[in-house]
Formats: sequence, C-alpha cells, structure tokens
Amino acid sequence: MSIEINGAPAQAGPRPGQCLRTFLREQGNFGVKKGCDGGDCGACTVHVDGTPVHSCIYPAVRAEGRSVTTIEGLAGSEAGAEGGAGLHPMQQQFMERQGFQCGFCTAGIVMTAATFDEDQKANLPRNLKGNLCRCTGYRAIADAVCGEATHGESSHPDPAGTGSGIAGKGQPGPRPGQLGDDVPAPASQAIVTGAARYTLDVPALELPGLLHLKLLRSPHAHARVLSIDSADALRIPGVEAVFTHEDSPAQLFSTAQHELYTDDPDDTRVLDDVVRFVGQRIAAVVADTVAAAEAGVRALKVQYQVLDAVFTPQDAMRPGAPAIHGDKDARTARIGRPERNVVAELHSELGDVAAAFAAADFIHEQTYRTQRVAHTALETHAAIAAIDDDGRLQVRTSSQVPFLVRRTLGRVFGLPVDRIRVVTGRVGGGFGGKQEVLTEDIVALAALKLRRPVQLEFTRTEQFTAATTRHPFTIRLKAAASSEGQLTALQLEVLTNAGAYGNHSVGVMFHGCGESLGVYNCANKKVDAHAVYTNTVPSGAFRGYGLSQMIFAIESAIDELATGIGMDPMEFRRRNMVREGDDMLSTRPDPQEDVFYGSYGLDQCTQLVQDALARGRERDRDAGPGDLGPDWVTGEGSALSMIDTVPPRGHFAHSRIRVLPDGSYQVDVGTAEFGNGTTTVHAQLAATALSTTAGRITVRQSDTDLVDHDSGAFGSAGTVVAGKATLAAAEELAVRIRAFAAGIRQVQASGCVLEDDAVSCEGTRVPLAELYDAAAAAGVDLSGEGHWGGTPRSVAFNVHGFRVAVNTGTGELRILQSVQAADAGVVVNPRQCRGQIEGGIAQALGAALYEEVRVDDAGRVNTDILRQYHIPTFADVPRSEVYFADTSDKLGPLGAKSMSESPFNPVAPALANAIRNATGVRFAELPIARDRIYLALKEAGQPASP
Amino acid sequence: MDMNTIEAVVRTADPSDWRAGDAWLAGGTVLFSYGSFAFGAEPLRRLLDLGSTGWPAITVSEAGIELAATCTVAELYALPAGDTGRTHAAAWPALELIRPCCDSFVASFKVWNMSTVGGNLCTSLPAGPMISLCAALDGVAAVLGPGGARRTVPVAQFVTGNGRNCLAPGELLRSIHLPASALASRVAFRRLSLSNLGRSGVLLIGRLDAGGGLVLTVTAATQRPVQLRLAAPTGTSAGAATSPAALAEALDAAIPDGLYHDDIHGLPDWRKDMTYRLAEEIRAELAAPAGTRPARVSGDLWPPRRASPQDPAPQDGD
Repeated sequence: MSIEINGAPAQAGPRPGQCLRTFLREQGNFGVKKGCDGGDCGACTVHVDGTPVHSCIYPAVRAEGRSVTTIEGLAGSEAGAEGGAGLHPMQQQFMERQGFQCGFCTAGIVMTAATFDEDQKANLPRNLKGNLCRCTGYRAIADAVCGEATHGESSHPDPAGTGSGIAGKGQPGPRPGQLGDDVPAPASQAIVTGAARYTLDVPALELPGLLHLKLLRSPHAHARVLSIDSADALRIPGVEAVFTHEDSPAQLFSTAQHELYTDDPDDTRVLDDVVRFVGQRIAAVVADTVAAAEAGVRALKVQYQVLDAVFTPQDAMRPGAPAIHGDKDARTARIGRPERNVVAELHSELGDVAAAFAAADFIHEQTYRTQRVAHTALETHAAIAAIDDDGRLQVRTSSQVPFLVRRTLGRVFGLPVDRIRVVTGRVGGGFGGKQEVLTEDIVALAALKLRRPVQLEFTRTEQFTAATTRHPFTIRLKAAASSEGQLTALQLEVLTNAGAYGNHSVGVMFHGCGESLGVYNCANKKVDAHAVYTNTVPSGAFRGYGLSQMIFAIESAIDELATGIGMDPMEFRRRNMVREGDDMLSTRPDPQEDVFYGSYGLDQCTQLVQDALARGRERDRDAGPGDLGPDWVTGEGSALSMIDTVPPRGHFAHSRIRVLPDGSYQVDVGTAEFGNGTTTVHAQLAATALSTTAGRITVRQSDTDLVDHDSGAFGSAGTVVAGKATLAAAEELAVRIRAFAAGIRQVQASGCVLEDDAVSCEGTRVPLAELYDAAAAAGVDLSGEGHWGGTPRSVAFNVHGFRVAVNTGTGELRILQSVQAADAGVVVNPRQCRGQIEGGIAQALGAALYEEVRVDDAGRVNTDILRQYHIPTFADVPRSEVYFADTSDKLGPLGAKSMSESPFNPVAPALANAIRNATGVRFAELPIARDRIYLALKEAGQPASP
Repeated sequence: MDMNTIEAVVRTADPSDWRAGDAWLAGGTVLFSYGSFAFGAEPLRRLLDLGSTGWPAITVSEAGIELAATCTVAELYALPAGDTGRTHAAAWPALELIRPCCDSFVASFKVWNMSTVGGNLCTSLPAGPMISLCAALDGVAAVLGPGGARRTVPVAQFVTGNGRNCLAPGELLRSIHLPASALASRVAFRRLSLSNLGRSGVLLIGRLDAGGGLVLTVTAATQRPVQLRLAAPTGTSAGAATSPAALAEALDAAIPDGLYHDDIHGLPDWRKDMTYRLAEEIRAELAAPAGTRPARVSGDLWPPRRASPQDPAPQDGD
C-alpha cells in the first residue's frame, strides 16, 4: 500500500523506524519543516486523511494506504477549493495579515488553522498551543487565522496619527509602496505556500552524492582526548570517513563573527584534543545516510584523561581553579588572563562613588542574576558544503553573517576568500545565535577532504546543549539617590559566564556596560566587570548583546531608589535620564566620538507609556473588578532602555542596484533576511529614492558573490547600515537614469522626473524598459552602487510598561496591560516594525517568566528538549499596545533608526517592577516563575492563608 | 524523529512475540518524540505495532467504561459530547473530568489524534493526565503477559515513580476499566501550571464515593499518584465533610516531602503547598451541596464549561 502525497502516490516506501516528516521531505515536500523533531513546535504539521498531525512523531508506516496533504497540496485539497489565486483561504489570510516573520513555523500554523471551525478560532490559546512561533509574538498570527484585527481599538494608534511612527510632527506622511507604507514582505507568497527555500530545502538532484555528517560530542566537562579508535565506525556500511583533531587545522579562531576578528579571542579549533564542555565536538562521522553516520558515531571508541572542571565564574576565578585555556598565550590568543580564566575585564570610575554614597539620602544594594537563555530559532543550525566544478568551496548555511563566515573559513583553512562562496537560503530565525560559526567549519573540512557535498543539521537537543546561549550575568549593584530625586551614584560589579569559549564574551561585557549606564546622567559611576571561562556550554551573542542583563539590574534599581525616596518611578527616570545634547557616559570620561543624538524621543516614549497605563487603569475601573478574587494584588511598573543604532568599530555594507530589461529594478544586498523584515525595508527605501513602488524592486541577498562585503545582520544593522547603502545606491541610480534620459531626449536632466515605471522628460513619458534598451545599445550601464561604513551612529529608545495581577496564594501572574513605546525615528514599515516590537516583547516575556537553560552539577545541560524549555505559546503572550515617538533621525536612512534587538531590553525589569509594586517583593533573579513568586511571597509573609 | 535503529515493524499484540530491544507501538508519539535511545541502555531494534489489533477504543456497559490501551486521546475527548456521553451524563457526573484531563496535556489536540490513553499510562510521567483521570476514577489496568497470562492492577499503583511503572519487560497494557461506581460520583478538579495551559505542576482530583467518603488523587505534584481515602466522619449523613484539619493531617501522612516532584515544571516546596491548597479547595467544593458555585478555584480548566467546551477558561489570562 503506497502513501498518497497531495493526490499522487509516493514513489517509495518508508523505512521501518522513519517518521512521516523525513519521508515527506525525501519525497520533495520541503514545506514540511523540522523545528523540534519531538512533537512540540508544530512546524511539521500535515493532514493524514484530513486530520492534522505532527508528522515528526507520526510513524511513517502508519501512513501506508492513507492520503497525506502537505502545505504544497493544501490549495488543491478539497477544503481549499474555494480559495482564489491558487491559495487556500487560510494562506490568503496569512498573506493579507502578514502573519509571519521568518516564516519557518508558518506552513505548520496554516495547516493547523486550515482545519479550524469557528469554535476553535474563538479559542486560539488552546488550539494553537501546538504551534510555536519565536518571531511574531502571535498577534499577527491571530489576525491572520481569524482574518480580521483581533485586538481592540485601544491597542494600536491610528496608522497615520500620533504615535504611529509616520506622519507625526516633523515626519513625512506615508507614501504608497514607499516610505511609511505597510508593504507586505516580498517572500509572502513563497512562505504561505511552503515554497520558500530555507537552508536544507535543496532538491536531491542539485546535490548528487550528498553525504551526512554527525558529531560525537563530549560526555565530559573537561578532558583530554588520548585516543580515538575509528576502525569499527569505518566498517559500518555507508560510512565514508571519520575526522578527529588529527585532521583539524591548527589555526585557532573564534566561533563569534565580527567585522574585526580580533574582537574575539582565538581559543577554538575545528576539532580539539581538549574538550572543555559537555557537548563539545570530538569527532565527525561522514556517511551516505544520517542513520549510518549515527551508527558510526556510536562505534567510535575514545579514551579520555578526565580533567578538573569548574562550573561557575565565581569558582573559576578562585586561585587554584583549573585554567581552562591555560595552554594559550594571553597576547596572541587575546585572552585577558588565561591563568585565572578571565576572558576580559573592565574597571572604571567616573566621579567618586564612595563620596556619593557617604552623602546619599537613600542607598539600594542588591545582587541581580540573569539566567542562560536559548535563542530557540525555529530553524536549527545547518549547513551544506560542496566543492564546485572549478574546485571552489561552496557553503550554504543558516547564518546572519555569510560574508564573515567566508572570511573565517578562509582564515581557518588557508584559502583565499575568492575561493569560497557562502550563501544563505531564507533563514529561519536568528536572534544572535547565527552570528556564529558552529556548522560551516566542520562541513567545509569534510567537503574539502572528500570532494563531495556534506550536510550537517543540528538536532533540537544539540541546539540546547552544544550551540550558544545568552550570557548569564551576576550583578552586584549599589546605587544612591538624593531625597530631591537625583541619581547620585551607580556602582556595579559584573561577573559574566562565558562558558567554555570566549566567543562574544568581550563584546557582550563591554556593550552590556555601555548604553545601560549611559542613559542616565549621574556624576558617579563605577564598574568592575569580568567575563570568565567555565566548563559549560558557551555563551554567545543574544538579542540585546549584554544590555538586557544589565538593564534588568539597573532599571530594577532605579525603581527601588524612586520607591525609597517616595517618588513616582517614571518621574525619577525623567529627572535623571539623558536629554538631547547630554553626554552619554558609562565607563569612559568622554562620550563615544561617533555616537550622536541623530534624534531624541525618549521623553515622548516615557509620556506615551504613562498615558497608556493611565488609560488602561481607567478602562479597568469602568469595567469593574472582573474575576479577580481576594487573593489577587495588582501593580504597575515601567523600565526604559537605550541602544546605539549601530555596533561600534565599523559595520560595513555594500549594495548594487540596476534596471532590468522589463524596466523594473534589482537590488543586490549583503545583509541577511531571517524574519527581521529588512528585505521589505530595502525595497521600500529604494522605491522611495526611485519614485516607484516596492513591488517593482526585486531584492537578492546573502550571497558573497553578489556584492563586495557586508558585515552582516547583527547589532540591528539591517536597516540603518545596509539600508543606508541601498538608499545611496538607489539615489545614485536615480541620478544616472535621469541623466541618461536627458541625454537621449536632448533636454536638461532637471526636466527629467522618475515616475513609477518611466521617466517623464519635460512631459514626455519614456518607459524604463525603453530606456534600458537604449542604454544597452549605447553601452551605458544603468546601475548604482552604495556603501556605508556604519558611522556616525545614533541612539534609539524603548520604554515598556506593565500592569499586572499576582495571586498571592499560588504565585500566578496575570498581565493586565502591556505597553511599549519605541523611538525608531521615521518608521519605514509601521506594520512590520510593530511586529518586531511585539516579537521582542514575547521573547523577553519568555526570558522573564519561563525560560532557563539549566546546567547540572556535572556541567550537563538538562533542559534539552522544548518540553523542558518552555518558550511562550499563544496562551502566554498578552496583546501589547505599541506606540512610536514622532522623530526623524538625521543619521539613519530617510530618518529611520534600528528596532530589532532593543524592544527586548526593557521588558523584564518593567515586569519585575510591576510585581514589586503589586507585592512589595523585589525579584532580583530571572526567570520570575510562578513557583518562585509564591515562595518569595511566603517568605515575606505575604500569601493569604489557604 | 527518525528511529534509525529500528530494523522492523511487526504487527502483533502477543507478548509472546516480544524480545529484548522491542517496544510496543501504540500512537508512537512518545517513541518518536524521544527516539531509539531513550528507553533503556540499548537502542530499540523493533516496534511491535498495535495499530491493527482492532480493539474497540471505548466500550460502555452497566459496569462502567472499558478503555482500550490504544484508545486515542481524541476518541476519549469526543466521548462526553457523543451519544454515549450524553446518555450517561446524569448518571455518571464524573464524565466531566474527561475534558479537563485531556486539556491538561501540554501536547496539542493534533497530537491527541495519535497519542493513546495506554501510552500515557506507560510513559508514567508525573504530569500524565490520563494517569490522573484513570487513577482518580479507581481505574483498573489489565495487563497481558507471555503465554496468555493476564493480570490486573489499580492504575493508582500502576505508576511507581517518575517514568517508572509495574510492567515487566514485554508485558502489554491491554485496557483500563473505569467502574460505574466511581463514574457515578460527584467530582472536583484542580490544576496549576507554571505557564498558561502548560504542563501540569500540580493536578488534584477529588470525588465523593457512595458512602460520602472523599477520595483524593494527587498527581503531577508527586513522583507517582498518591490516593487518599477519607471516610465520612461517623455519625454524619452522606456527603458530610471531612474537616480541613483532617485533610491536612491525611496529606501529611500520605506524602513525605521527598515524594514531591522536583523538575523544571515546579519547585517541590511550591508543589507541596499547592497540593494542600488545591486539596482544601476540592474538599470545600465537594462539601457544599451539588450545584453550588465553588468558593475558590485556583488554576485553570475548572469548572467545566458545558455549553462549549472549547471556550477559554476564565483563568486563561489572555
């Protein structure tokens, strides 16, 4: 009995232990995604005989004799017959409502929602709990599923009114298809139909002879590899090769990727003979099937010399602790003090904190702790390396930084960069986790040795145990205020846990201690910070890059100081926060020389949040007490945050644009799309410069052959750096088109005006297609180029406010109101930018309330599947009100600022402050889970008697 | 995920066919979620497929309800609203527990289309809601062994610890019998989770037996089900209440601190206090006359909504 897939019998049968997901993908149905491979995320949802199931936990043999529908066949299925334009109505709604960002979860959500009746649509928290989305915060998904706006009138401002981010005072009005319009993502159709190609969605025919790589990972937290016996593994049918440290280049590098590789310590080898955390790679087995590669890994025999290990930064800094990178030279490896496990340190004092504490009216002291958090992008790390007919190394990877990956591969393998090409498909989420080389080096090694294509796909468990996490911070804070409401001293002892490798640890520590302090005027600031190695899973880049951790501590402290002196916390913030023109000082006596107030909207943001919270209070008062009983207490809290719009020390972008034969435009950019929406933004920026609409602009991206260089999509640079290069390229092209048109029409260039698909030359319309032909005949190249170097930089702001209710008897927390105001300058695409903010809030709620990568006392991560690591589901995320400040940035493209990382940053402290306000108890450690809330209230004598 | 060590899928329900390295395949949602290596020192080699046994999922008789181990959660969820459920709703008020227990799964309704009642019992996790349901209703498990052997064991004793149960290697859970006497009881349900509609951290079910005694079943909070049977105080009429103090004393005696479960889904100290809190809420609810609105309901999924069971519970916090 064969399996019918989308109406046609499958050409093969499944293997005995195969799940339906991989069978469907082998049959070419790449719309069926792997997010977890354990039944939790729903990205692989398909219909079997019309019933929705998770195909990753569906035995493929059970589908024999049945009919399977995947996203590719949904529109053609009976249920979809009424959909116009070849789309099922649910696909159409996801297009219209833009119910996605990276799109990796979308096919699964569409397949699920396509089965809903009206009752099910009325209870999405229950019915969508089997579909995880890490990008959107679910509001856009709710709108898409229901086909209408599901939030009340109060939730969002009028699209062209105050707080909308466009058409405010000093801002331009929205223009259709250009700046300020809610242009849909160009990839929309491909995403809702499952046609978008992510990293591993490559047809087998394009990769003849593809091999699969699996990694043997260390069972020890610290050990020397004495020997690896691969004889048994090599005897397994299908196993082609085993690679160990003996095959690895000697070149040390960092998995962290920055414009300057010297920003990170060189402490990592492709395969090392010392392993420094449980889960580190020991050997790679390459075979013609995943099953054979797995069997090969199990057949390897390794002898270890187990070494002493250390798991906390406090222990690691003690004298006598094992020196995890003690074999390395501090100077050449760029490690602060390897003998004491110190990756980097920072000591600074502005003013005199001791004197300020002596004179203070109120002092707050507290140790704040933030936990390990996993990015949990739905697409796991994955890469394919191959050698093309010219002998050039071709790498396809899930990366935010393809150009830097190319540079690192060149450095590690001693290849000139022009002998390497790195591309990405569509990337299924990043959040900083893909600013790292975790797969590309090992598949490149195998492909270079075997001269065959080699693929590596991380499992979800590898993602938790052997990728990277947010840096845990321990922050001993002491702060002082005068009774008049002046912040007089801020003293911070910061200890960050780098994990076993120093990737990003230097930058995260410095950046964390930057804007978090710089946003407050305070004459006395002291910082002592250390980033410290431990024998645990490496920490890396994570949305906010150190700021979220430091802002949690500082904004909690600001709240305590205000409460301590009896002042409204927002009022205290307003008195002490920087105003336009104030020096932004953190750890150096002089401000950063290339950071300016390109615009300033922090004051507006604080007002927008305060006003919204007041309206919310009023709404609730009018509505009555609701179902809150006597066990519940309520409170409000807020927090603010600042971020430089571009990372320091150079961030480069290059864009090319040209006229195509049909008179439309094609832009080539280096920056990557992983749901951040930059493709849409680039099309809109170019359309604005060329007086056309985004629909006439095709964007190609993330291919090292397309443009010269791009530092990559991190530090929120996709709009403000790469966008600036694209805008410059488009402006240059506009000048060239007008000049060429003027030449052939024999008129002044000033008389030639671009309009949509033509140039109007003193009233005569010359279509761009005609102009293209004329230019080609004349040998004139109608193209433009733009570069931007990422400096000077501006600052962006976010303020968050919550109203919460806490059940003192159970610890249950209910979010009654969530408000964020953002200063993003002129908002290029308000709907998309709102989505970035909603997604940032949702991810931050996960980190504030639920998520924690736990490492046991042997150094092993034991939260290694999604059921042990709860990320927010539809039911967990409240609707947030989102407002924008009316500003226009002098430095950003067409007045825009960055808005990717920053919405995450003020959420956790705002929540902690609201809980403090409701209960009187300060939660200084994340996550603030219900059990911890209850136990802390009990200790404080709070809970109502049962 | 692919179970790449599986060499064969064998259609059989005969324990005599079982050998080391075999696993019974019911819905497959647990096996394929954890993979070949999660179920013992050696990887699994064969799956013994129960997919074609033809066992009727649900059999209703005067004696009660017989659930085949292969009854899917979706089939069970459909029971109360189906003909059988509506026919018996008045006589068997405990049917009201079925939907809250199904909704206590952290897994989606989509998974319920494959996952089975028996699979949940055999996985034997503290938060397994089919364990809560069947234990609370005095369910009795029928277990088949090699050579036609058959034995029965109360579900409350079937699960012996976190991920552990009383099955010997190769034994097969055949069915669970829910007796009519338990189905005829008034019931109350309480559940708490660290996240909205998330994994159960504490799940308690109470029911009044015919003699007015309170049967309280504690799950999720503890490593295995704990059942308390509190007889109605002597000299009182049926339904007269156990006192709060007697209940607390009984909990003290039944659950040593070490038995509270410790994992990411709830700290043991919280689980303990919540067990006492929810137990008291259940006691109070069942002590009041039937039909009285409960004075306090912590957590979610209770009281059940009869009109449209998929409506959000008032506690959803959305």
